[in-house]
Amino acid sequence: MHELSIALSILDIAAEEAKRLGGSVAAIHLRLGPLSGVAPAALRSAYGLAREMSALPKAELVIDEVPLVGYCATCTAERSPPSELELFCPVCSTPMPQILGGRELEVVALELEA
Amino acid sequence: MNATPRLVEVRQHVLKNNDVVARALRSRFDETGTFVISLVSSPGAGKTMFLETVLKQLRGQYRVAALVGDLATDNDARRLARSEVPVKQITTGAVCHLEAAMVRDALEEWKPENLDLLFIENVGNLVCPATFDLGENLRLVLFSVTEGEDKPLKYPTIFNTADVAIITKMDLAGAVEFDAATAHGNIHGVRPGMRIFEVSAKKGQGMPEWYEFLAAELRRHRGLSLK
Repeated sequence: MHELSIALSILDIAAEEAKRLGGSVAAIHLRLGPLSGVAPAALRSAYGLAREMSALPKAELVIDEVPLVGYCATCTAERSPPSELELFCPVCSTPMPQILGGRELEVVALELEA
Repeated sequence: MNATPRLVEVRQHVLKNNDVVARALRSRFDETGTFVISLVSSPGAGKTMFLETVLKQLRGQYRVAALVGDLATDNDARRLARSEVPVKQITTGAVCHLEAAMVRDALEEWKPENLDLLFIENVGNLVCPATFDLGENLRLVLFSVTEGEDKPLKYPTIFNTADVAIITKMDLAGAVEFDAATAHGNIHGVRPGMRIFEVSAKKGQGMPEWYEFLAAELRRHRGLSLK
Protein backbone atom coordinates (compact mmCIF):
# COMPACT_ATOMS: atom_id res chain seq x y z
CA MET A 1 0.00 0.00 0.00
CA HIS A 2 2.38 2.70 -1.15
CA GLU A 3 -0.63 4.80 -2.18
CA LEU A 4 -0.86 6.22 1.35
CA SER A 5 2.66 7.64 1.22
CA ILE A 6 1.92 8.94 -2.31
CA ALA A 7 -1.26 10.62 -1.02
CA LEU A 8 0.69 12.25 1.82
CA SER A 9 3.30 13.52 -0.64
CA ILE A 10 0.55 15.02 -2.82
CA LEU A 11 -0.89 16.83 0.19
CA ASP A 12 2.58 18.05 1.25
CA ILE A 13 3.24 19.49 -2.19
CA ALA A 14 -0.17 21.20 -2.25
CA ALA A 15 0.27 22.67 1.25
CA GLU A 16 3.74 23.95 0.39
CA GLU A 17 2.60 25.54 -2.87
CA ALA A 18 -0.52 27.04 -1.28
CA LYS A 19 1.67 28.66 1.36
CA ARG A 20 3.86 30.15 -1.36
CA LEU A 21 0.94 31.25 -3.57
CA GLY A 22 -1.51 32.29 -0.83
CA GLY A 23 -5.02 30.96 -0.37
CA SER A 24 -6.59 27.73 0.79
CA VAL A 25 -6.68 24.61 -1.38
CA ALA A 26 -10.11 23.63 -2.71
CA ALA A 27 -8.81 21.00 -5.12
CA ILE A 28 -5.60 19.33 -6.28
CA HIS A 29 -5.28 18.28 -9.92
CA LEU A 30 -3.11 15.24 -10.50
CA ARG A 31 -1.93 13.70 -13.77
CA LEU A 32 -1.60 9.95 -13.49
CA GLY A 33 -0.27 7.55 -16.13
CA PRO A 34 -1.01 3.81 -16.40
CA LEU A 35 2.72 3.06 -15.88
CA SER A 36 3.12 5.29 -12.82
CA GLY A 37 2.76 2.31 -10.51
CA VAL A 38 -0.13 3.99 -8.73
CA ALA A 39 -3.67 2.64 -9.01
CA PRO A 40 -6.29 5.43 -9.20
CA ALA A 41 -8.87 3.61 -7.04
CA ALA A 42 -6.33 2.78 -4.32
CA LEU A 43 -5.03 6.33 -4.43
CA ARG A 44 -8.53 7.77 -4.03
CA SER A 45 -9.23 5.76 -0.90
CA ALA A 46 -5.76 6.40 0.55
CA TYR A 47 -6.19 10.09 -0.20
CA GLY A 48 -9.46 10.13 1.78
CA LEU A 49 -7.56 8.89 4.83
CA ALA A 50 -4.47 11.02 4.31
CA ARG A 51 -6.52 14.19 3.90
CA GLU A 52 -8.06 13.80 7.35
CA MET A 53 -4.62 13.84 8.97
CA SER A 54 -3.31 16.66 6.82
CA ALA A 55 -3.40 20.44 6.92
CA LEU A 56 -5.80 20.37 3.94
CA PRO A 57 -8.88 18.42 5.10
CA LYS A 58 -11.12 20.09 2.49
CA ALA A 59 -8.95 19.66 -0.62
CA GLU A 60 -10.59 17.51 -3.30
CA LEU A 61 -8.41 15.26 -5.45
CA VAL A 62 -9.05 15.48 -9.21
CA ILE A 63 -7.26 12.70 -11.09
CA ASP A 64 -6.60 13.16 -14.79
CA GLU A 65 -5.74 9.71 -16.14
CA VAL A 66 -3.44 10.27 -19.10
CA PRO A 67 -3.04 7.77 -21.94
CA LEU A 68 -0.06 5.60 -22.74
CA VAL A 69 1.95 6.98 -25.67
CA GLY A 70 4.95 5.36 -27.33
CA TYR A 71 7.22 6.19 -30.23
CA CYS A 72 7.05 3.92 -33.25
CA ALA A 73 10.42 3.82 -35.01
CA THR A 74 8.87 2.33 -38.16
CA CYS A 75 6.10 4.91 -38.55
CA THR A 76 8.38 7.60 -37.04
CA ALA A 77 5.34 8.78 -35.14
CA GLU A 78 3.79 8.85 -31.69
CA ARG A 79 1.32 6.01 -31.23
CA SER A 80 -0.90 4.74 -28.46
CA PRO A 81 -0.33 1.03 -27.86
CA PRO A 82 -3.40 -1.18 -27.25
CA SER A 83 -2.51 -1.50 -23.54
CA GLU A 84 0.44 -1.59 -21.16
CA LEU A 85 0.56 -5.34 -21.79
CA GLU A 86 0.99 -4.89 -25.53
CA LEU A 87 3.54 -2.19 -26.16
CA PHE A 88 3.49 -2.35 -29.93
CA CYS A 89 2.37 0.04 -32.64
CA PRO A 90 -1.36 -0.35 -33.40
CA VAL A 91 -0.69 0.55 -37.05
CA CYS A 92 2.33 -1.56 -38.04
CA SER A 93 2.82 -3.84 -34.97
CA THR A 94 6.44 -2.74 -34.38
CA PRO A 95 7.38 -3.14 -30.68
CA MET A 96 7.63 0.23 -28.93
CA PRO A 97 10.25 0.15 -26.17
CA GLN A 98 10.30 3.94 -26.06
CA ILE A 99 7.51 5.26 -23.84
CA LEU A 100 6.80 8.98 -24.20
CA GLY A 101 3.81 9.26 -21.91
CA GLY A 102 2.23 7.08 -19.26
CA ARG A 103 4.60 7.37 -16.29
CA GLU A 104 3.11 10.67 -15.04
CA LEU A 105 2.60 11.11 -11.31
CA GLU A 106 2.44 14.83 -11.09
CA VAL A 107 0.55 17.58 -9.28
CA VAL A 108 -0.29 19.87 -12.20
CA ALA A 109 -2.53 22.52 -10.67
CA LEU A 110 -4.26 23.73 -7.55
CA GLU A 111 -7.65 25.36 -7.14
CA LEU A 112 -7.13 28.10 -4.58
CA GLU A 113 -9.74 30.03 -2.68
CA ALA A 114 -9.07 33.43 -1.19
CA MET B 1 -15.11 35.96 -0.12
CA ASN B 2 -14.33 34.91 -3.64
CA ALA B 3 -16.76 32.13 -4.62
CA THR B 4 -14.84 30.81 -7.62
CA PRO B 5 -11.49 29.25 -6.80
CA ARG B 6 -8.60 30.29 -9.01
CA LEU B 7 -6.72 27.58 -10.87
CA VAL B 8 -2.95 27.84 -10.55
CA GLU B 9 -0.50 25.66 -12.46
CA VAL B 10 2.01 23.89 -10.23
CA ARG B 11 3.62 20.97 -12.11
CA GLN B 12 5.48 19.09 -9.42
CA HIS B 13 6.45 15.44 -9.61
CA VAL B 14 4.87 13.81 -6.57
CA LEU B 15 8.04 11.88 -5.77
CA LYS B 16 10.40 14.80 -6.34
CA ASN B 17 11.94 14.34 -2.87
CA ASN B 18 12.76 10.71 -3.61
CA ASP B 19 14.07 11.62 -7.06
CA VAL B 20 16.39 14.31 -5.69
CA VAL B 21 17.92 11.81 -3.25
CA ALA B 22 18.16 9.13 -5.96
CA ARG B 23 19.96 11.51 -8.32
CA ALA B 24 22.43 12.47 -5.58
CA LEU B 25 23.09 8.79 -4.86
CA ARG B 26 23.62 8.05 -8.53
CA SER B 27 26.18 10.81 -8.96
CA ARG B 28 27.98 9.76 -5.80
CA PHE B 29 28.16 6.18 -7.11
CA ASP B 30 29.43 7.52 -10.42
CA GLU B 31 32.25 9.33 -8.64
CA THR B 32 33.39 6.20 -6.84
CA GLY B 33 32.90 4.03 -9.93
CA THR B 34 30.38 1.84 -8.12
CA PHE B 35 27.85 0.01 -10.26
CA VAL B 36 24.56 -0.44 -8.42
CA ILE B 37 22.12 -3.26 -9.13
CA SER B 38 18.70 -3.52 -7.50
CA LEU B 39 16.60 -6.67 -7.34
CA VAL B 40 12.82 -6.78 -7.24
CA SER B 41 10.51 -9.78 -7.19
CA SER B 42 7.51 -11.21 -5.42
CA PRO B 43 8.15 -12.97 -2.09
CA GLY B 44 9.62 -16.42 -2.66
CA ALA B 45 10.90 -15.91 -6.21
CA GLY B 46 14.42 -16.77 -5.11
CA LYS B 47 15.99 -13.30 -4.85
CA THR B 48 18.02 -14.13 -1.76
CA MET B 49 19.22 -17.49 -3.12
CA PHE B 50 20.18 -15.84 -6.40
CA LEU B 51 21.96 -12.98 -4.65
CA GLU B 52 23.82 -15.26 -2.24
CA THR B 53 25.15 -17.26 -5.20
CA VAL B 54 26.11 -14.09 -7.08
CA LEU B 55 27.92 -12.58 -4.08
CA LYS B 56 29.92 -15.78 -3.50
CA GLN B 57 30.89 -15.94 -7.15
CA LEU B 58 31.92 -12.30 -7.47
CA ARG B 59 33.67 -11.64 -4.16
CA GLY B 60 37.04 -12.94 -5.37
CA GLN B 61 37.01 -10.72 -8.42
CA TYR B 62 35.32 -7.51 -7.30
CA ARG B 63 34.74 -5.46 -4.16
CA VAL B 64 31.11 -6.32 -3.55
CA ALA B 65 28.50 -5.47 -0.92
CA ALA B 66 24.75 -5.82 -0.49
CA LEU B 67 21.92 -3.89 1.13
CA VAL B 68 18.83 -5.91 1.85
CA GLY B 69 15.37 -4.52 2.54
CA ASP B 70 12.96 -6.54 4.62
CA LEU B 71 9.76 -5.73 6.44
CA ALA B 72 10.64 -7.20 9.79
CA THR B 73 13.23 -9.96 9.99
CA ASP B 74 16.95 -10.00 9.34
CA ASN B 75 16.82 -13.57 8.03
CA ASP B 76 17.79 -12.54 4.52
CA ALA B 77 20.71 -10.43 5.72
CA ARG B 78 21.95 -13.34 7.81
CA ARG B 79 21.64 -15.68 4.83
CA LEU B 80 23.52 -13.25 2.62
CA ALA B 81 26.22 -12.76 5.26
CA ARG B 82 27.18 -16.41 4.67
CA SER B 83 28.64 -15.21 1.38
CA GLU B 84 31.26 -13.35 3.47
CA VAL B 85 30.76 -10.02 1.76
CA PRO B 86 29.60 -6.93 3.68
CA VAL B 87 25.81 -7.04 4.07
CA LYS B 88 23.57 -4.46 5.68
CA GLN B 89 19.93 -4.85 6.55
CA ILE B 90 17.33 -2.12 6.03
CA THR B 91 14.24 -2.90 8.08
CA THR B 92 11.34 -1.03 6.51
CA GLY B 93 8.73 -1.79 9.18
CA ALA B 94 5.32 -1.40 7.61
CA VAL B 95 6.69 0.12 4.41
CA CYS B 96 6.27 -2.16 1.42
CA HIS B 97 9.23 -0.86 -0.60
CA LEU B 98 12.63 0.79 -0.30
CA GLU B 99 12.99 4.51 -0.89
CA ALA B 100 16.13 6.40 -1.90
CA ALA B 101 16.45 8.04 1.53
CA MET B 102 16.55 4.61 3.21
CA VAL B 103 19.47 3.64 0.94
CA ARG B 104 21.22 6.95 1.64
CA ASP B 105 20.78 6.62 5.41
CA ALA B 106 21.96 3.02 5.43
CA LEU B 107 25.08 3.96 3.46
CA GLU B 108 25.85 6.92 5.72
CA GLU B 109 25.88 4.70 8.74
CA TRP B 110 27.70 1.89 7.03
CA LYS B 111 30.22 3.51 4.67
CA PRO B 112 31.34 0.51 2.61
CA GLU B 113 34.38 1.79 0.78
CA ASN B 114 35.61 1.59 -2.79
CA LEU B 115 32.96 -0.79 -4.01
CA ASP B 116 32.85 -2.08 -7.56
CA LEU B 117 29.37 -3.51 -7.19
CA LEU B 118 26.59 -2.77 -4.76
CA PHE B 119 23.48 -4.96 -4.79
CA ILE B 120 20.23 -3.69 -3.29
CA GLU B 121 17.62 -6.33 -2.59
CA ASN B 122 14.21 -4.66 -2.40
CA VAL B 123 11.31 -5.85 -0.27
CA GLY B 124 9.55 -8.84 -1.87
CA ASN B 125 6.76 -7.03 -3.70
CA LEU B 126 6.03 -6.53 -7.40
CA VAL B 127 3.84 -3.46 -7.00
CA CYS B 128 5.18 -0.75 -4.71
CA PRO B 129 8.93 -0.78 -5.57
CA ALA B 130 8.13 0.13 -9.20
CA THR B 131 7.55 3.78 -8.38
CA PHE B 132 10.72 4.49 -6.38
CA ASP B 133 14.07 5.25 -7.98
CA LEU B 134 16.88 4.08 -5.67
CA GLY B 135 19.73 5.56 -7.67
CA GLU B 136 20.53 2.16 -9.13
CA ASN B 137 22.16 1.66 -12.53
CA LEU B 138 20.47 -1.61 -13.31
CA ARG B 139 17.15 -2.96 -12.05
CA LEU B 140 16.59 -6.69 -12.18
CA VAL B 141 13.12 -8.17 -11.96
CA LEU B 142 13.11 -11.84 -10.96
CA PHE B 143 10.33 -14.36 -11.22
CA SER B 144 10.43 -18.08 -10.78
CA VAL B 145 9.11 -20.78 -13.11
CA THR B 146 6.74 -21.85 -10.32
CA GLU B 147 4.94 -18.49 -10.44
CA GLY B 148 3.65 -18.99 -13.96
CA GLU B 149 4.32 -17.44 -17.36
CA ASP B 150 1.78 -14.64 -16.91
CA LYS B 151 3.59 -12.81 -14.09
CA PRO B 152 4.63 -9.94 -16.40
CA LEU B 153 1.01 -9.43 -17.45
CA LYS B 154 -0.11 -9.16 -13.84
CA TYR B 155 2.63 -6.66 -12.92
CA PRO B 156 3.43 -4.75 -16.12
CA THR B 157 4.68 -1.60 -14.37
CA ILE B 158 7.50 -3.26 -12.46
CA PHE B 159 8.60 -5.13 -15.59
CA ASN B 160 8.47 -1.90 -17.56
CA THR B 161 10.69 -0.06 -15.06
CA ALA B 162 13.24 -2.90 -14.91
CA ASP B 163 16.20 -3.34 -17.26
CA VAL B 164 16.69 -7.09 -17.11
CA ALA B 165 14.40 -10.04 -16.37
CA ILE B 166 15.78 -13.09 -14.58
CA ILE B 167 13.71 -16.26 -14.66
CA THR B 168 14.73 -18.29 -11.62
CA LYS B 169 14.43 -21.93 -10.49
CA MET B 170 14.91 -23.18 -14.07
CA ASP B 171 15.85 -26.58 -12.61
CA LEU B 172 12.12 -26.94 -11.81
CA ALA B 173 10.94 -25.85 -15.27
CA GLY B 174 10.19 -29.40 -16.44
CA ALA B 175 8.30 -30.36 -13.31
CA VAL B 176 5.95 -27.38 -13.55
CA GLU B 177 5.76 -27.51 -17.37
CA PHE B 178 7.05 -23.98 -17.67
CA ASP B 179 6.45 -22.54 -21.14
CA ALA B 180 9.52 -20.37 -21.77
CA ALA B 181 8.33 -19.05 -25.15
CA THR B 182 5.08 -17.76 -23.63
CA ALA B 183 6.97 -16.20 -20.71
CA HIS B 184 9.35 -14.41 -23.09
CA GLY B 185 6.42 -13.22 -25.20
CA ASN B 186 4.71 -11.80 -22.11
CA ILE B 187 7.90 -10.07 -20.94
CA HIS B 188 8.41 -8.51 -24.34
CA GLY B 189 4.76 -7.43 -24.48
CA VAL B 190 5.26 -5.24 -21.42
CA ARG B 191 8.92 -4.37 -22.07
CA PRO B 192 9.90 -4.77 -25.72
CA GLY B 193 13.50 -5.89 -26.23
CA MET B 194 14.13 -6.66 -22.55
CA ARG B 195 17.17 -8.85 -21.88
CA ILE B 196 16.16 -12.16 -20.28
CA PHE B 197 18.29 -14.69 -18.40
CA GLU B 198 17.02 -18.14 -17.47
CA VAL B 199 18.89 -19.37 -14.43
CA SER B 200 19.05 -21.88 -11.64
CA ALA B 201 21.16 -20.44 -8.83
CA LYS B 202 21.10 -23.85 -7.18
CA LYS B 203 22.38 -25.84 -10.16
CA GLY B 204 24.38 -23.07 -11.82
CA GLN B 205 22.43 -23.20 -15.08
CA GLY B 206 22.46 -19.89 -16.98
CA MET B 207 24.62 -18.15 -14.37
CA PRO B 208 27.80 -17.79 -16.53
CA GLU B 209 25.85 -15.82 -19.16
CA TRP B 210 24.53 -13.51 -16.45
CA TYR B 211 28.04 -12.94 -14.98
CA GLU B 212 29.38 -12.18 -18.43
CA PHE B 213 26.60 -9.66 -19.03
CA LEU B 214 27.20 -8.02 -15.64
CA ALA B 215 30.94 -7.69 -16.29
CA ALA B 216 30.21 -6.07 -19.66
CA GLU B 217 27.70 -3.67 -18.08
CA LEU B 218 30.24 -2.69 -15.42
CA ARG B 219 32.89 -2.00 -18.07
CA ARG B 220 30.42 -0.01 -20.15
CA HIS B 221 29.31 2.01 -17.13
CA ARG B 222 32.90 2.79 -16.12
CA GLY B 223 33.62 3.91 -19.68
CA LEU B 224 30.67 6.31 -19.56
CA SER B 225 31.16 7.66 -16.05
CA LEU B 226 34.88 8.33 -16.55
CA LYS B 227 34.18 10.58 -19.51
